[in-house]
Amino acid sequence: MFEVRKIVVSVDKTFHDGGPAADLPLIRGGACAIVRNPFAGDYVQDIAHGMDALTPLGEEMAGELIRAMGCPTEAVEAYGKGAIVGASGELEHGALWHVPGGYAMRRLLGETKAIVPSTKKVGRMGDAIDIPISHINAAYVRSHFSTMTLQVPDAPKDDEIVFCLAMATGGRIHDRMGGLSTNDVKGEDGLR
Amino acid sequence: MKAIVRKYQIIVEETCREAGKDIHPSTRKAAAIAVIENPFKDGFSDDLEELMQIGAEMGDILGRKAVDALGISPTEAQSYGKAAIVGEAGELEHAAAVLHPRLGAPLRAAVEKGAALVPSSKKMGGIGTAIDVPLGHKDAAYVRSHFDAIEVRMSDGPRSGEILIAVAVTDSGRPLPRVGGLTHDEAKGEDGLR
Repeated sequence: MFEVRKIVVSVDKTFHDGGPAADLPLIRGGACAIVRNPFAGDYVQDIAHGMDALTPLGEEMAGELIRAMGCPTEAVEAYGKGAIVGASGELEHGALWHVPGGYAMRRLLGETKAIVPSTKKVGRMGDAIDIPISHINAAYVRSHFSTMTLQVPDAPKDDEIVFCLAMATGGRIHDRMGGLSTNDVKGEDGLR
Repeated sequence: MKAIVRKYQIIVEETCREAGKDIHPSTRKAAAIAVIENPFKDGFSDDLEELMQIGAEMGDILGRKAVDALGISPTEAQSYGKAAIVGEAGELEHAAAVLHPRLGAPLRAAVEKGAALVPSSKKMGGIGTAIDVPLGHKDAAYVRSHFDAIEVRMSDGPRSGEILIAVAVTDSGRPLPRVGGLTHDEAKGEDGLR
């Protein structure tokens, strides 16, 4: 139903950002799948079945992303997701990604507790999207509020959607804003 | 410390038609943006207290400006988000100092309640850089119809020694929600999640 044209995975590794170098570099990865939008062109009322159709893609992308980051699943501490819908589609088509994209990562990382933050937009080829990132088990961990900007130069074409996942092995490289820290996480309600 | 504001910009997006359908009432998103002087533009500082104070001030000013732009009462606000872009002379952590410790409480006062986390994004950028401000329901983060975003940019900011701060408020969710999940009317809004 969602024919995949390509999958683009990018990984960045940050050693410092002007302050002291971290003991371990921060690794962040983003995966973008460029798929044909089966609902492009006309208004289609019933689209919710698309969520099930996207489940295997979410799982494939989450797995590829972890492999590209070169770290064990236990090392992933934060995540996020997003979608850019090409011009012949509708914003709501991006919303199809919430369940298959979010739960693919939640399952892979061990039934994580916290919501997967997200953004979505309608855009054109080469548009960037800012993927919000936060802690996998406690959304209020302040050090882990971050953002990864993803972009595919030749997508989305008008009849395509770019579905995105992002993961990170830690928070901001020089976090010093206090608040809830990873050591204090209870990890029960997904918030604290 | 009070923020030294160079300018404000207010955006209201009103969607009247989507996918060939009329939207009644139209859905609306407002973003209030300020570009301010970065008090730490001259070098690394361990203590970012001044930016935390600016965060509190901006949560109040930008929260009220966004609600005013929609012409609604605070209780009519449905979703919100926040974001910052730090100019080249700063560091990403400056955005965190503005956004996380103290901006939320005055913003929640401006939208009356706000039991849910305020979703956020941050980046480094130059003049004209766009940022997607994530949007989530203000009282129940899992309301699926209200997951959205608004892209904002200021054509001449942030300059190197500036920080752009954005607060977004809506009076609605997406125009044609139909992927199921928790709805605005079903949300209890007590624990911030459902």
